[in-house]
Amino acid sequence: MENQEFQLKTGLAEMLKGGVIMDVTDAEQARIAEQSGACAVMALERVPADIRREGGVARMASIRKIREIMRAVTIPVMAKCRIGHFTEARILEALGVDYIDESEVLTPADEAYHVDKHAFKVPFVCGARNLGEALRRIAEGAAMIRTKGEAGTGDVVHAVRHMRAIMAEIRQLSVLPAEELYGHAKQLQAPLPLVQQVARAGKLPVPNFSAGGIATPADAALVMQLGAEAVFVGSGIFKSDDPAARAHAIVRATTHYQNPDVLLECCEDLGEAMRGTEAAALKPEEQLQSRGW
Amino acid sequence: MRIGILALQGDFAAHARMLERLGLRLDPRAGQAPSPGDHYAWVRQGEDLQGLDGLILPGGESTTQLHLLRRQNMTDQLREYAASHCVFGTCAGAILQAMRVIHPRQESLGTLDIEIERNAYGRQIDSFAASGQWREKLLPPSAAPAPEMIFIRAPRILTCGPEVEVLARLDQEPVLVRQGRQLAATFHPELTTNPRLHQLFLNMVHDSLNPGRREAGLLA
Repeated sequence: MENQEFQLKTGLAEMLKGGVIMDVTDAEQARIAEQSGACAVMALERVPADIRREGGVARMASIRKIREIMRAVTIPVMAKCRIGHFTEARILEALGVDYIDESEVLTPADEAYHVDKHAFKVPFVCGARNLGEALRRIAEGAAMIRTKGEAGTGDVVHAVRHMRAIMAEIRQLSVLPAEELYGHAKQLQAPLPLVQQVARAGKLPVPNFSAGGIATPADAALVMQLGAEAVFVGSGIFKSDDPAARAHAIVRATTHYQNPDVLLECCEDLGEAMRGTEAAALKPEEQLQSRGW
Repeated sequence: MRIGILALQGDFAAHARMLERLGLRLDPRAGQAPSPGDHYAWVRQGEDLQGLDGLILPGGESTTQLHLLRRQNMTDQLREYAASHCVFGTCAGAILQAMRVIHPRQESLGTLDIEIERNAYGRQIDSFAASGQWREKLLPPSAAPAPEMIFIRAPRILTCGPEVEVLARLDQEPVLVRQGRQLAATFHPELTTNPRLHQLFLNMVHDSLNPGRREAGLLA
C-alpha cells in the first residue's frame, strides 16, 4: 500500500479533507459550486434525485459535458463510471478527470466484479456501507472511501448508519487480540493484511468521506462529527431553492462542524431544502446502496 | 512554543502528524490545566491567531480556503499576522503567501515576494514524486536522507523577488523558498514520514523568539 503511486492517489484525497465535493450537471453549476467554496465537483449527466425519478439506464456522463465542466473550473473534477465498467474508467482516465467514482448511483455493468483500480493511474473513490465493503474496495485499489448512504433522497439516515457502522467496526477491531483478527477477516470478507493494518492504526488506510442524502448544513456537520473527513453533496444543493447560499452554508458548516454558533449562522436565511424522499419508504429494489458486492 | 495550523480546509491533519513526530502536542482545551512542552493549535477563526508563535498554511484547495477566509473577514488578520510572524505554507498555502497568483489570477496574502502559477504541472494524472536538488547549507549530503518531494496538482514558482532565498529546486525551478520569516514549498513534505522541513520551520520560529542566537533556519 505504501508505494509512491498510491501515495499520490491518496494525496489528492488528503487535499480535499475538510471540504465539500458537489454534484454538478453543467458549467454554470460548476462555477456556482467553485465560487461557493466547493473543494471539488462531480460531473454528472443527471443528479441522483433525477436518476431516481426518471429511471432508465444511468451511465457515465457525456464526454462533452464533463469536458465543459473541466474547462469551467480550476478545482478538481471527478466523474462517475458504472460498477465494474473498466472501459468507462479508461475513457475517463484518458479524458484526464482528477478522480473516478465507481458508483452505485449508476446502473452496474458487472454483477460480480468491481474495477481493478490498481491498474489505473487516476485515483478512485468507492462507496461502502460497512468496514468489510470498504476494505474490499481498498484491496481493489480505491484511494478514498465514502459512505453510500442513499443517494438522491435528501434523507441522511443511511449515511449516518454507514458511517456509524464503519467507525464502530474499526473501534472493535482495534481492541481485538491478534489471534482473533484472522477470524474477523473472514467475517468481514476482507484481506487479512488490511484488517491487521486497520486494527493497528485505528482508522482506514485511505481517507474516509461521507455521501448519500446530505442536504443541509446540519447534515454535513453531523456526518463530520461521526468521523467523516469530508462530505459529498449530490442532489441537495442544486435541488434546493437557493443553490449558491446553500452550497456556501454547507461548506462553512463542514469546516466549523464543532462550533454550534457558526452552525446556527449557517442555517439562517437558507430557503427550502430539497423536498426529498424518506429512505425508509423505499422498496428494497429501489435502494441504490445494495448495488456493489 | 505554540504553532497554529490553519484548519479551514485541506491536509491540516497531516501537518499535525508531522508536528507530533517532533514532540508537539495538541493545545489543551480552554479551562484545562496547561501541560508542559510545545503545542500546536487549530486556527479556524481570527481570534485563534492570538498567542501563536508561528503558523502553518496547509495544502488543500486555495479557492476554498480563500473563500472561507474572505467570508470570515480573516484575510486581513492573517496578512497582519504573517507580516510579523513565521509562516510555513505548502502548495495551496504557498499560493496564499505569494505576492502574485496567476492561472487564474486570484487574491492572496502577498507576504512572500514570488509569482506563482496554479495547477502548473497539469491535472491529477500529472501528479508526481521527485527528489530535487537541495541547498547544501540546508541539507548537507552527509546528513540523513532528504525528504521526498510530492507534487499534487502543484503550483510552480515563476519568479522570485531579490530577497527570496531558494532552498531547493526541481529541474532548476525553485520549489522551496524563504524570505525572512516566510517559508514556502510547492510540494507536500507533510505527506511523507520525514519531518526535516517541519524541523527547519520550528528552528525558524525558535530563532524569531530568541533573536541573535544563531543564523535562522540551519538544521541542527
